Amino acid sequence: MTAIKKIFGGDTRQLGMIFALIALIVFFQIKTGLTLDPNNVNNIIQGNAYILVLAIGMVLVIIAGHIDLSVGSIAAFVGIVVAMGIRDWGIPWWLGILLGLVIGGLVGAWQGFWVSYLGIPAFIVTLAGMLIFRGANQWVGKSLTVPVPEAFQVIGAGSLPEVGPNTGYNNLTILLGILGCAAIVFGAIRSRARLVKINAEVEEAWVMWTRLALICLVIMGTMLLIASGRKGFPVSGLILVALVLIYGFISSKTVLGRHIYAVGGNRHAAELSGVKSKKINFFVMCNMAVLSALAGMMFVARSTASGPFDGVGWELDAIAAVFIGGAAVTGGVGTVIGSIVGGLVMAVLNNGLQILGVGADATSVIKGLVLLAAVLFDVYNKSQGKPSITGLLMRNRKGSDSAAPAATNNPAADATSSLSETTRTEG
Amino acid sequence: MAASEQMGRTVPAGQVILEMRNITKEFPGVKALSNVNMLVRRGEIHAICGENGAGKSTLMKVLSGVWPVGSYDGEILFEGHPVTFQNINDSEKAGIVIIHQELALIPELSIAENIFLGNEQRKRGVIDWVLTQQRATELLARVGLSEDPNTKIKDIGVGKQQLVEIAKALSKDVKLLILDEPTSALNESDSQHLLSIMDGLRSKGVTCIMISHKLNEIEQISDSITIIRDGKSVETLDVREDGVDENRIIRGMVGRDLESRFPDHTPQIGDVLFEIKNWNVQHATRTDRLVAKNSAFTVRRGEIVGFAGLMGAGRTELMRSIFGRSYGTFLGGTLTLNGKERQLKSVSDAIDAGIAYVTEDRKTLGLNLLDDIKTTTVAAKLKRITHNLVVSETEEFRFAEEYRKEMRTKTPSVEEGVAKLSGGNQQKVVLAKWLFTEPELLILDEPTRGIDVGAKYEIYGIIQRLADQGKGVIVVSSELPELLGLSDRIYTICEGAITGCLTKEEADQESLMRLMTKTSGAGGVALDEEPAHDPGLSA
Repeated sequence: MTAIKKIFGGDTRQLGMIFALIALIVFFQIKTGLTLDPNNVNNIIQGNAYILVLAIGMVLVIIAGHIDLSVGSIAAFVGIVVAMGIRDWGIPWWLGILLGLVIGGLVGAWQGFWVSYLGIPAFIVTLAGMLIFRGANQWVGKSLTVPVPEAFQVIGAGSLPEVGPNTGYNNLTILLGILGCAAIVFGAIRSRARLVKINAEVEEAWVMWTRLALICLVIMGTMLLIASGRKGFPVSGLILVALVLIYGFISSKTVLGRHIYAVGGNRHAAELSGVKSKKINFFVMCNMAVLSALAGMMFVARSTASGPFDGVGWELDAIAAVFIGGAAVTGGVGTVIGSIVGGLVMAVLNNGLQILGVGADATSVIKGLVLLAAVLFDVYNKSQGKPSITGLLMRNRKGSDSAAPAATNNPAADATSSLSETTRTEG
Repeated sequence: MAASEQMGRTVPAGQVILEMRNITKEFPGVKALSNVNMLVRRGEIHAICGENGAGKSTLMKVLSGVWPVGSYDGEILFEGHPVTFQNINDSEKAGIVIIHQELALIPELSIAENIFLGNEQRKRGVIDWVLTQQRATELLARVGLSEDPNTKIKDIGVGKQQLVEIAKALSKDVKLLILDEPTSALNESDSQHLLSIMDGLRSKGVTCIMISHKLNEIEQISDSITIIRDGKSVETLDVREDGVDENRIIRGMVGRDLESRFPDHTPQIGDVLFEIKNWNVQHATRTDRLVAKNSAFTVRRGEIVGFAGLMGAGRTELMRSIFGRSYGTFLGGTLTLNGKERQLKSVSDAIDAGIAYVTEDRKTLGLNLLDDIKTTTVAAKLKRITHNLVVSETEEFRFAEEYRKEMRTKTPSVEEGVAKLSGGNQQKVVLAKWLFTEPELLILDEPTRGIDVGAKYEIYGIIQRLADQGKGVIVVSSELPELLGLSDRIYTICEGAITGCLTKEEADQESLMRLMTKTSGAGGVALDEEPAHDPGLSA
């Protein structure tokens, strides 16, 4: 048990979500036999990439202590402007994308200005933005659906092309996987070497290597799976991976990232440490709108047209992903990668229930309950000063086979049972 | 049982109101209390002393039911009967009321509403406002307040708020009143008033337990003292019989004699490092008030300059206006650092210029309690370890380690969360954070507030070392003995104006107090008129 903890690092909260994700995948695979079908995996990625892009922006907003309700409306607004720009003004597809990002930036500057320089709570500003840009979408597009050309559709529906010898797999996808693994291994070795140099505590070598092996296994497994299908790795997935890397880097390694956490953790203390909190707030709101614009365009590209009801409810999916991924409502806590995992939990759940033929009504109820359960664990464990969700999962399995925790039943039900057990022991 | 005996102290059974026996409380990995014994006599003021982290607050949480029965070992006898509190309501029903250090009053509600919050005076389910008023007035009279019970809490000073808390406790028919650091936020005269109210309660038969770091107050008011060290009850002293004085208490708390409360130090004072002239700053919310009026002062290299003033005099406001104009509206004045006139318009300007400001309010203004030690250490000058946009985690670790060793911060590692540290160690981390910015002028606002005696001595040593390195150090403190022991020169502030400057040799408590209350206009100092919730300082 301690070995598992060592391998996955100290962040038990995130580990819990990863286990939940794996459990969900295994559960649905056994139930339906279709979850791990290459086409379905492609489908999950393409059908959720835009929500995950939103989750990346949203986690920064939430870390800084705000919320953004306008992302769906901004996405829809940008989508329609870009679609009309390409159709009616004849601008090329790449200029359309650029135009969309610029509009996103302008919208973000507008909202960021209200939040940071006029001091209006982001909840209000973006609630207003939700109404404004929804209306703007329908006004500009006259509530009609506007198609986009095929070249534009690549960012939402495209895949890596077939190149090179016929191996039975999509070569570029496999190459991508190999490059990814190599980069991760190289990075890990380098940072370990630097830690050793300054005599900092480092984990045992076998821990690192086991973890690296597991990560590479997952990456290569996914890539081989996708590569064996009809299409290669989706372009929207590539965009997502790139954004995860960029924003993961910004949030954890740069001054900007540190300052976002600082402002969210304690704004007054941050200001008295020289952090310009207004600029930080402006940045996160503005950045969110740019990513909303991108998400909107990816969605339009996938659905081949922009419509008046694009993006309805997206803000809630993105916010849910962030909170399932371990962010705190009060700000200062959260990670990009956690939010992605949170978003994937929702995505797999959605997809699996769909394949099982569960209706939209029941799906919505289940998703709501999963969100509540995930956040409840966080709050409960913090208030008790106890290890997080995983600690509970692990304690439940003490003595039993630990290799596949929660493999046989639904994690939501699992979660409830372990909670009630804890409540009993407390009482 | 005819009499209760603990730690060599025998009290006839009839006189005992509370006995705690062999209380042991464990948290995961830490034994917060081990076999603590305490005996409180009816109608006395019983002080609990101990360094931060010794377990005083935990003990009181056990007593008041915050930690329910079963979560600790041991036995509590209240009025001769064993009690098993599940929560605070149980203990309040029994007549034990605790007043926490952070006051639990609601600023927007009136005094009367606060007193009866959760205990509303009802008639057939509807609040009886006449009765509420009437009872509130009675209760206020008992604590010596003549305020209209309809006054909102935010409109009275923190001293009076403390008294309202006591009135609230009295409304619950309190038999045993626990006060956690009751005077830590009060100025001298408010503190004295509070102590006299406690004295009055004692004569009416209310037993008080008081946790305090202010040893002079304990010596003045308490009848007996239980000393806790490292989670164990060390001894119980009878103040009058044992002839207890401050040094005796300190010896019990730290387990040895502290020969001096201040390390020996010979100042090496150099050239003028810092100077302000004609410094005028307007209050953050009230445009008719100046928090700095034509202020001027100097700090030399190697010098420790103290600032004395009553609460609300404008010390913190002045310092924060210097620190990148982070308080109020700057109206004008010159600031000279190292012989050069500077315009420091933001906190980052000030940090870059070499000024550091350690705030008086560690938890809400000084620290991000979500952070760990290493992140905190480098937070105020990230660019020092940033190369090509990347914050170097290896350098972060190295610096954090370096400062941890230099400050002798007690922690398992620099990856520990700052929220888990004791007050003294938190303060060391905050000091490290500001030393990391390589300042020339260090402004320390209440550097030892809420810190125990041993840690204070260490902090004083650090301050003196910094001065010896040629830095200028400003110390703002409400504790006059601290200023007198530490500073080479002391300025006094009253109502935003600098009213005097005394050298170490000239200054004593009396002369300082005279200058601290020297108002420019007519009339005395309106201490209590200063609202405690000053939005300018917290916003």
